[in-house]
Amino acid sequence: MVAHAEHVPHRSGLAAFIARWTLTTNHKEIGSMYLWFAFTMFFIGGALAMGIRLELFMPGIQLIDPGFYNQFVTMHGLIMVFGAVMPAFVGLANWQIPLMIGAPDMALPRLNNFSFWILPFAFTMLLSSFFMDGGAPNFGWTFYAPLSTTYGPDSTDFFIFGVHMMGISSVLGAINIMVTIFNLRAPGMKLMEMPLFVWTWLITAFLLITAMPVLAGVVTMMLTDRHFDTSFFSADGGGDPLIFQHVFWFFGHPEVYIMILPGFGIASEIIPTFARKKLFGYNSMVYATASIAFLSYIVWGHHMFAVGMPLWVEMTFMICTMFIAVPTGVKVFNWTATMWRGAMTFETPMLFAIAFVVLFTIGGFSGLMLAIVPADFQYHDTYFVVAHFHYTLYPGAIFGTMAAVYYWLPKWSGHMYDERLGKIHFWTATIAVNLTFFPMHFSGLAGMPRRIVDYSLQFADFNMLSSIGAGLLGLTQLFFLYIVIKTIRGGKPATDKVWESAEGLEWTIPSPAPLHTFETPPAWPITDAREDQAARV
Amino acid sequence: MREGVTEMSQRIHTIHTVSLWICIVIGIIVFGAMAYTIYAHRRSKPPEPADFHEHLGVEIIWTIIPVLILAGLAVPAAKTLIDIEDNSNASMTVLITGSQWKWHYQYLDADIDYYSNLATPTTQINSCLIDLFCDLPDEQGIAKPLRESNENYLLEVDKPLVLPANRKVRFLMTSNDVIHSWWVPDFAVKQDALPGFINEAWANVPEPGTYRGQCTELCGKDHAYMPVVVDVRPEAEFDQWVEDQRIAKELASGQAVADREKTWSLAELMEIGEGVYSTHCATCHQPNGEGQGTTYPALDGSEIATGPIPVHIDRVMNGKEATEMQAWAPQLSDRDLAAVVTYERNAWGNTTQDVVQPRTIFENR
Repeated sequence: MVAHAEHVPHRSGLAAFIARWTLTTNHKEIGSMYLWFAFTMFFIGGALAMGIRLELFMPGIQLIDPGFYNQFVTMHGLIMVFGAVMPAFVGLANWQIPLMIGAPDMALPRLNNFSFWILPFAFTMLLSSFFMDGGAPNFGWTFYAPLSTTYGPDSTDFFIFGVHMMGISSVLGAINIMVTIFNLRAPGMKLMEMPLFVWTWLITAFLLITAMPVLAGVVTMMLTDRHFDTSFFSADGGGDPLIFQHVFWFFGHPEVYIMILPGFGIASEIIPTFARKKLFGYNSMVYATASIAFLSYIVWGHHMFAVGMPLWVEMTFMICTMFIAVPTGVKVFNWTATMWRGAMTFETPMLFAIAFVVLFTIGGFSGLMLAIVPADFQYHDTYFVVAHFHYTLYPGAIFGTMAAVYYWLPKWSGHMYDERLGKIHFWTATIAVNLTFFPMHFSGLAGMPRRIVDYSLQFADFNMLSSIGAGLLGLTQLFFLYIVIKTIRGGKPATDKVWESAEGLEWTIPSPAPLHTFETPPAWPITDAREDQAARV
Repeated sequence: MREGVTEMSQRIHTIHTVSLWICIVIGIIVFGAMAYTIYAHRRSKPPEPADFHEHLGVEIIWTIIPVLILAGLAVPAAKTLIDIEDNSNASMTVLITGSQWKWHYQYLDADIDYYSNLATPTTQINSCLIDLFCDLPDEQGIAKPLRESNENYLLEVDKPLVLPANRKVRFLMTSNDVIHSWWVPDFAVKQDALPGFINEAWANVPEPGTYRGQCTELCGKDHAYMPVVVDVRPEAEFDQWVEDQRIAKELASGQAVADREKTWSLAELMEIGEGVYSTHCATCHQPNGEGQGTTYPALDGSEIATGPIPVHIDRVMNGKEATEMQAWAPQLSDRDLAAVVTYERNAWGNTTQDVVQPRTIFENR
């Protein structure tokens, strides 16, 4: 169990501290490191977003010149997707999956350590490109060829290597999660009895394992195009720049769902707890998640309606994309039915979970509109798209993560967070999110293209509103950091169960969760586990 | 969304409006139900929560209803799409070529082609707040008032695309370098321009007028600065314009011969060169010739601009491969190329006193 302790000779002070955190194979410690890493990246990506919104506060060039602006846009996207959202979800998985299925640790603890420690190096390399001659990558997080191949800055090669490292980290993490879920469930726990957070992560792990190698493939093709005289993406040598987009989005669309499915799982854990009522339609939730994952592989073309695809291809992608609305709708209806005739209280995790459902649904509506090809010709590459994906990602992935942190932090730290501060954080963040991203629907419909550093006067008012909202949003997240630190350092002790009607194995262990849990497998079903626990005490 | 002026843009606007209202109605029902349950099913209200967690009938119903709504949306969308993709029976064709960061229009049925550049001057765009962060301080503080009095800020070009009203015009799109996308919201035409491939689109504009749009695919540094302006004229006026262009072209070629024969003075070329430089070169190399870092090298005191003349001419005419420094030979006249090279060799701190004549450029073509 504590293999690392035997390997490490006795050291003191800083050396011991470094050795402990670099060599740890404990899922809770690695989970915490993932979460802190994601939080750090969230603030770096957020700082870049602040730069973008400052420049867009009014027309004209004030702070950031056009070339540098493109670097900001690119790095904001890359860091938020690969540095903040994905590691945050892996961190939650590390902490929670073993606790929720009654496993002593992840199945492959050393691999777990390795897949985390790749990340700081990958992102140090990526971020260092800001200080290189020619600047950081400047072609958008979608890095379309030939802008990123023939015309990319020298630092593109650092970007390619960084993406490879992140990809390795994600695939290893996904393998670990799958192996853990398949092999280390408490004896007797059937797949269809697993908590939904575990289910959604299992499906996400499949998406990661299949999608990330495609990303690795596309960046490798870029590398050989740049340095080894191949012409995958260049018509001069018989290639096609559209091959890039097809391969990229074949990775990219599953990636989008990698960033939301665990959020669905979190909402499905939290809403029943605070509605004091079982999740409505457990089976259909699982099937809906699996259908969304399957559909994610056959809709990539909807990112490319303006590239000149044949009519029948556009039709097929349109219809497949619209179908995603069905399982997603089922989920929203199920959450509503879970709340229906419950006995609800509204602690901070519940508030974030409800905001997740409502605001994600708004992002779903704009997604449905974007699927309609003729209309997409007008929406494509405008701020309407920016509004759409920020509505799914911010109130989706980010609020989902925040709900999870408020929900499980008492279990992790042993302290209750300050409910009053949590509510202030929730309301300011929700107002700021809408103030930032709702006006983007309007600027997009009015005709403002994405990724422009400067815009015509008609878009000035909406942009000013978005920028004010973004400033407020940045401040609320600093406040969140304060709340988290305050909770870890002290506060009202949390009970083992934390929430009045929480259900699941994680609530049968003490708060704070001891370093090693479930060294002997717990009994399943859970009622026995509680009696067992009581008997031992 | 803008309703636009063409039949297609109006049909798309209708689809947009209908889908938006469907979303709003569904939103009101779903969010209304949630609001009701949040209000009515608080813990303070009913003492005991209900204990249902499955109902096959309800689940089937709320799977089938969305399918029906989606089918209702997909059918008219598909019909419109089929009409949009019908590029046949166009009365004329324009080849649109994107390059960093301007559009080139070529009328395939008439011998007309020209570039269309942003017309908004940099004095309106650059208003630096803090010198530390940008290279272009707005010394007089005049940019903001100038900008705010220009209603077409960033949406104006030197030469718009001229089209006839009431004729079906086919557009062919391609690119010289990276991917661009040509968009005019009022026509609902948005089509990517891909290097090495040709895409098709079309528009039939009933109303004469000026229509404005922008490039919508990230294409590098000045992506925000490549607007599309279309000047739609009544058919008779358009035909007259085509005729005028033909005559102007003949004059220009006569002019070009005259330019080559004449021996120009330094002062004459400097004056023309300054104008050419500020239109085409200053966005990267800066009005003061200082450039921006290593990506856009300084010309003031540079080896090329003060070294051997043939090297300098070659770089301006043929560009530098795989950089944003493009070949200017196909874009500028002999006179303008001679003037801009002369200007670069004698402006700012450069004092070579070299004069490059248009005939030297002609010999290098």
